[in-house]
Amino acid sequence: MSRKFLSGNEAFAEGIRLARPEVISAYPITPQTIVVERLSEMVEDGSLKAEYVHVESEHSALSCAIGASAAGARAFTATSSQGLLYMAECLYYAAGGRFPIVMMNADRSTALPWNIYGDQRDSLSQLDSGWIQAYAENAQEALDLALMSYKIAENKAVSTPFMANLDGFVLTHTYETVEIPDREQADRFLPPYETDNRIDFDNPKNMAFSAGPDTNYIFKYREHEGVLAAKAVIAETEKEFAEIFGRQYTGLTESYLTEDADYILITLGSIAGLCRETADKLRSRGVKAGVLRIRYMRPFPNEEIARELKNAKGYGVLEKDISFGNEGAVYTNVNSALKKAGLTINGGNFIGGLGGRNISAADIEDIFNHIADGKDGVHFLGIGGSDNG
Amino acid sequence: MANKTAESISREEFFYGHKACAGCGGSLAVRAALKVLGRNAVSVLPAGCMSAVGFNFPQLCFSNNSIISTFAGTASMLTGVEAGLRAKGYKDFTAVGFAGDGGTADIGIQALSGAIDRNDNIIYICYDNEAYMNTGIQKSGLTPFGAKTTTTPAGRNIHGNIRPKKNMFEIAAAHDIPYAATASVGYLPDFIAKVKKASQIQGTKYIHVIAPCPTGWGVAPDETVDIAREVVDSGLWYLAEYENGRFTLNHKPKEFTSVEAYLKKQGRFKHLDDEDIRVITESRDKKWDYINSSFEYSGK
Repeated sequence: MSRKFLSGNEAFAEGIRLARPEVISAYPITPQTIVVERLSEMVEDGSLKAEYVHVESEHSALSCAIGASAAGARAFTATSSQGLLYMAECLYYAAGGRFPIVMMNADRSTALPWNIYGDQRDSLSQLDSGWIQAYAENAQEALDLALMSYKIAENKAVSTPFMANLDGFVLTHTYETVEIPDREQADRFLPPYETDNRIDFDNPKNMAFSAGPDTNYIFKYREHEGVLAAKAVIAETEKEFAEIFGRQYTGLTESYLTEDADYILITLGSIAGLCRETADKLRSRGVKAGVLRIRYMRPFPNEEIARELKNAKGYGVLEKDISFGNEGAVYTNVNSALKKAGLTINGGNFIGGLGGRNISAADIEDIFNHIADGKDGVHFLGIGGSDNG
Repeated sequence: MANKTAESISREEFFYGHKACAGCGGSLAVRAALKVLGRNAVSVLPAGCMSAVGFNFPQLCFSNNSIISTFAGTASMLTGVEAGLRAKGYKDFTAVGFAGDGGTADIGIQALSGAIDRNDNIIYICYDNEAYMNTGIQKSGLTPFGAKTTTTPAGRNIHGNIRPKKNMFEIAAAHDIPYAATASVGYLPDFIAKVKKASQIQGTKYIHVIAPCPTGWGVAPDETVDIAREVVDSGLWYLAEYENGRFTLNHKPKEFTSVEAYLKKQGRFKHLDDEDIRVITESRDKKWDYINSSFEYSGK
């Protein structure tokens, strides 16, 4: 184990080096670019033995990764924002073909208006693409996710591509001290990729075929089962990770002071730290505040959310997303989890951070006040409520 | 140059039992190319006729490893397959793409250009039937001037497609690709020889083969090969190669057959008037002036 002072992007690249991808398809886009730059240096200096392909677009980046995965190789690519949207067709393709590619996405605003800063409208728009979606909070978690992602994605019951999301700039470009696992330990944790879902010269295959109305839904059902199977696999993987590296993650969600909390703020990504700090402050004033950080949007933590919110008086969902004409996607998902669990709790949706707009401690305190007032509906931080009748 | 002939080509079938239309030129090109490349060919086919007719679960028609790519992603998936297999330690294989004219010259041209630019070790074969046939005969960038398609109707005001074909062969060559060639399923031994040659060259290879679609062209299913010969014999297509920075013409008709006769036997050109035919003939002659002045001739 060594310690280095790294940005989120660099930490993720370190995790990928340890994961030994065999094919990397690379195309630059801010704020992801540093990942592919670092990986190119690792390939150049020989510390990462991979085919590094300079593709000419994001569509080709993922298409190339699919081809490599179909050849049985461990494949990696990275993107952000417009790039993620440009390759969207290939997201569904990779998932439907059950190719366990790992892709880092630097969460960034989507045009128009043009904006390079962080929000989560890019990845949240792709929740239905069939990928596992994880959201890191800090650089250490980003590195650890990079290593765990392949083990989860490549598990035979899962066989699903994995999107690791890092908040643009706030996480991708912020430096922290990060523990880098030893290569031997990483190799022990993550063995080489083995699969039957690949080109085979002894038993040639027709892959990525058509399936008509009689059989198509069976493939889709299996795809759904694969993503659901990731729930147990994530838990097993984190347990094994903790045994080897000493850091224990908490599955699909991470709870902070939720056990006895009256008011729980649900969020995801790097803003969670400020939310916890604000909860501490409110606790010191006698307000029972808690924070639930969603680590995985797919598979979605329905049970975890219901369990944590069971005794709460109110909740809020703070997210950097809006599904225009409705509400944030995370809020929709959270409400569905509560409905399925038969819970009726007042909860509001707080839309913030769009286009990288700062979310302050005061904003978060305001959110808790709204929650305590029992307000629901959709609120844009700094603008106000919207009629979501 | 022909070291594979009708006599020496494999009797093994790799693309068999598919549901292509009778007389399909594209399926003939795929079938012949795979016979040359053999069982270690890995074929990548985008959405299009050949994937639509060959990959319907559970009726899967390729006996070599084959995979459908996204429509735009023939070349980029070939790149990934080639890199992935190489990374896994395989040496004895050929990554070959079979994409139609729309998949190549329109939606797939970016990925193709990228692959040639990287000089990825792949063979890309464009089977050109001169329109989006799978979706029902719509104009592509390779639909010839005057052709009637379902999006370029032949009416009183407009006589079908108003633009000439892009020259994908010369576009590929302009990348200084290691090997590019044109072919026609009407001259099958020439096509077969070019596929063989491509398989022995390192880097990116591009072969553009004219593959008539009787359904879309408005000819009888048993006329595919004849019409694919006639397009060459009338000078509206040519058999050539690009290698080591030089263009070579492989076949020089002593005298061109009638352009009008070629056009008028096809439903898609029936509406053309004398002026249209004059324009097509003039553009052919201009092209041949260029070929004769810039290409070496490999024949005697």
